[in-house]
Amino acid sequence: MVEIFQYGFMQRALMAGVIIGILCPTIGIFLVLRRMSMIGNSLSHVALSGVAAGIVMGIYPLAMALIFSVAAALGIEQLRKMYSEYAELAMAVILSAGLGVAVVLISYAKSINIDLFGYLFGNILTVRPEDMWLIAALGFFIIAFVGLNFRELFYIAFDEESARIAGIPVKRVNLLFTVLIAMTITLSMRIVGALLVSSLMVIPVATGIQLAKSFRHATLLSVIAAETAVISGIILSYYLELASGGTIVLLSVTFLMLVLGLKKL
Amino acid sequence: MNTERLVRIKNVYFEYGKEPVLINVSLDIAKGDYLGVVGPNGSGKSTLIKLILGILKPSGGSIELFGKNIEDFDDWEQIGYVKQKAASFNPGFPATVEEVVGANLYPGKNAPKPGAKKLRERVNEVLSIVKMDKYGRKLIGNLSGGQQQRIFIARALINSPQILLLDEPTIGIDLDSQREFYSLLERLNRKMRITIMMVSHDIGVITQRAGRVVCMGDGKLICHPNNSRSEISGILKKVYGNTMDLIIHDH
Repeated sequence: MVEIFQYGFMQRALMAGVIIGILCPTIGIFLVLRRMSMIGNSLSHVALSGVAAGIVMGIYPLAMALIFSVAAALGIEQLRKMYSEYAELAMAVILSAGLGVAVVLISYAKSINIDLFGYLFGNILTVRPEDMWLIAALGFFIIAFVGLNFRELFYIAFDEESARIAGIPVKRVNLLFTVLIAMTITLSMRIVGALLVSSLMVIPVATGIQLAKSFRHATLLSVIAAETAVISGIILSYYLELASGGTIVLLSVTFLMLVLGLKKL
Repeated sequence: MNTERLVRIKNVYFEYGKEPVLINVSLDIAKGDYLGVVGPNGSGKSTLIKLILGILKPSGGSIELFGKNIEDFDDWEQIGYVKQKAASFNPGFPATVEEVVGANLYPGKNAPKPGAKKLRERVNEVLSIVKMDKYGRKLIGNLSGGQQQRIFIARALINSPQILLLDEPTIGIDLDSQREFYSLLERLNRKMRITIMMVSHDIGVITQRAGRVVCMGDGKLICHPNNSRSEISGILKKVYGNTMDLIIHDH
């Protein structure tokens, strides 16, 4: 068991995993409670097109994914204003556009498919040192932002109109938060993969909410559920040679089922 | 500046698209008032509150808050707002009463955020005012409709506002809880001198509870506090139909 911690790639995967295990549910809890769970799915498809563009152009793929997904996040905010009565339409448009660009780029350069597979489904072998540093630096920034603005984010999620009347700069906080969602998705792609990253933002939160006695408690429980799934998922995927993203998400779903089952007893 | 006049609405006009919602509405609210605004659904009552809160901008006319034009007004903690329970929150939201009430203590961008101890003390203080201090750790979704509305009053009171604006606050609440709720409002108005403006389509309650009554119909003020009680009664009967009997108490 101990030998897996001696490998550099496992150390990087675990460190990155611990960070995204905090990031995904911390951002996800606000998304779930604002009924915006779908935004993660949309942005992850755009991030994937960024990765494909990076590989085709020979630029660091995560940096391209970050640029693409932040631009898409801002695009969603803009589209939501234009279609205020159909907020989910903005997410569907961005998801389709992201997937369209990704498929075109992938078909353009067929040889990159193997690299892309890791970004699609998560691969712990592919976490490079520069990925680790990017995840650590931006992860720290995201957690600091949420920590410093926790009460504001809570109030906006609970009752946006009253938050605005209380003097909270709702527009600015929402805009920054959307950028943070895009960043979180990009950072999590290496471990859970583009197609499954939104699951890690949603399923641990669904587990946490079931047992929560307060909002802070719900956040803490969601992080514990995500961390348990990420760390045990990475270790399992190493021993069983499975895609890490799928393993992590299946463990998350198992925890949720257990909690739902125990609550029914 | 007249310090006793908290709100002055002058010839306000508002339209959604090209549909006029408020037409030439003028109204003053003085310190200590308990003003009831009645009118049928769609008469523009809630729009009036949203204009005072700055959520909507008037198409014409002017609004002054505490002697300042609303465009220059930034002292929003002076104004507390309680809206319809049903529109207030998702009942499955995992938030405690303390978290909900405390969230509204927002001192503005230039003031320091309150520390955890000060926040807790202030939350307990306002929960005591609404007699809900034993419920601080409960999840808000687990409380009854009447209790939730008292919590939202506490939330509005946390910044020590001078005026409370209430938009149909008792919709979906049982009659006993409504009575308790209105007693609480009277206590706030009489003992704490908090000015109250309450909007409701429930004409009976408003005319019984409020010190002054204005009524709205088709976006216009169709009766004014200066109208005599019998005039108000006649106008309301026209708006609501002749089947109702009106009891108006003097306060």
